[in-house]
Amino acid sequence: MKAGTIIRVIAFALLVAFLVQPYWFEPFFALFANDGAPAIYNQGDLLTLTLLHLQIVFAATVAAMIVAVGLAILVTRPSGSEFLPLSRSLVNIGQTFPPVAVLALAVPAVGFGAKPTLIALFLYGLLPIFENALTGLTTLPKPVVEASRGMGMTSLQRLRKVELPLAAPVILAGIRLSVTIGLATATIGSTVAAKTLGEVIIAGLNSNNLAFVVQGGLVVAVLAVLIYDLLSALERMIARRMGRGEPA
Amino acid sequence: MIEIDSITKSYGENTVVDAVSFVVEPRTITVIVGTSGSGKTTLLRMINRLVEPSSGTIRIDGRDNREMPPFELRRSIGYVIQGHGLFPHWTVAQNIAVVPKLLEWDEARIAARVAELLDLFQLDPELFAQRYPHELSGGQQQRVGVARALAAEPNVLLMDEPFGALDPVIRAKAQEDLLAIQRRFGTTIILVTHDMEEAILLGDRIAVMDQGKLVQYATPTEMLARPADDFVETLIDSGERPFRLLSLGKAGDAVEPGDADGPAISADKTQRDALAELMWSGRSALPVESADGARLGRITVQSLLRLAARPAA
Repeated sequence: MKAGTIIRVIAFALLVAFLVQPYWFEPFFALFANDGAPAIYNQGDLLTLTLLHLQIVFAATVAAMIVAVGLAILVTRPSGSEFLPLSRSLVNIGQTFPPVAVLALAVPAVGFGAKPTLIALFLYGLLPIFENALTGLTTLPKPVVEASRGMGMTSLQRLRKVELPLAAPVILAGIRLSVTIGLATATIGSTVAAKTLGEVIIAGLNSNNLAFVVQGGLVVAVLAVLIYDLLSALERMIARRMGRGEPA
Repeated sequence: MIEIDSITKSYGENTVVDAVSFVVEPRTITVIVGTSGSGKTTLLRMINRLVEPSSGTIRIDGRDNREMPPFELRRSIGYVIQGHGLFPHWTVAQNIAVVPKLLEWDEARIAARVAELLDLFQLDPELFAQRYPHELSGGQQQRVGVARALAAEPNVLLMDEPFGALDPVIRAKAQEDLLAIQRRFGTTIILVTHDMEEAILLGDRIAVMDQGKLVQYATPTEMLARPADDFVETLIDSGERPFRLLSLGKAGDAVEPGDADGPAISADKTQRDALAELMWSGRSALPVESADGARLGRITVQSLLRLAARPAA
């Protein structure tokens, strides 16, 4: 096993241990707490918050993936190419809008809670997936695309059997970016009462308790790093099978 | 039989194929030769409708190729492209099985056909069936490309510069294999190349294209004897002409009675090989023997020189 893998396994083990038995880590977080203040978040269950955090990010990413990949497929078909500039601008608007502003605008419309957060994460996640799917679908090796036509595949068969599988590593890279951004951005959802790890950080900021801020931040950071690495490994695996990736 | 009937393709003002007509006899190899931009590839791609003609008709065995949807037409026609175009995410076996799968053959029939083709192309199924294209050498990739095109037993095989990416040694082998396979299956082959030498070697007939027009359509011998214009003459390279003429005939066809000294040449070698051997060994006659080693007679420099002369009109 390589050093990198060992570090990741240890990080994962520590994360799980902390979420299940946070008080084991009290001496460490006590370093950051003011005298008398609690060192471990005590206004809710950390494991539950983490799972809710992941759930929101997952739901938003799946929705963004369906829309972004669907849109990319549409505009790379001959019949949909005229929609390319329009979809690009739409997706770009989603990215330039700060998530905080989206939250502020969404709350009056859909109320407090998870919904405005989902909308913000969804809009924010569209661009990386869309741009990568577009790149993946437009830079396929020409002879392979030519062969798939020449062999007599229908356009649907070409998409399903050749184009999407070949573009998969690049699309996956977009999803990876989107998930990573989403994991970090989801914390601000707690400003509009979404149940995420942001709650821990905000509680820390409100009560001037650095220990809360550090543990909330650390959990999000470790989650982001681990999920990022996991998806990278998956990409490499797919790419290697197609003889594209660098030997590991 | 493939009838190409005044086929024209233009992109706006630009006519890339200009009223080309010719007929390809069944079970023959026709080679379309031309420089880049001559429209040869476009012409080929109109046969399986990867490109739709602006006007004209192409009939395959009497049927207009626009009678069925393009994808169905293409499944019935083998297609080999330059740079092989193998699907990188599929194994060799899956690549070869593409068209049979599209035609919904049953699994057992597909497996049998894949094994048969791997065998035919000297790729041990045990070793190669489960490999991915990037794990093969250039020559092996090319063979898998041809095997894939032949998988559904098409009557017609279209080849677009199939040997362009191969080094000369592997190319010669691939060309020999193609001839053997054509004889075995009786496939009608249309092959596009820019290499006149390849055209003379492989073609029963050669179609020369220049700037979208068909300049000459003839057998290699006719073309060597009577090139239609300067362009064809440049392509066949008059300095090489007598040798190319000799390369069309077998040593066995130039045999005369008698004997000669020294090592014999096999009757299925070309007359060009025989001349080369005569010149190199400094002899004036060579014994000729059949494949099973029986003496057939001899071949002389004089007879070869006669055969290399411009054919009478």
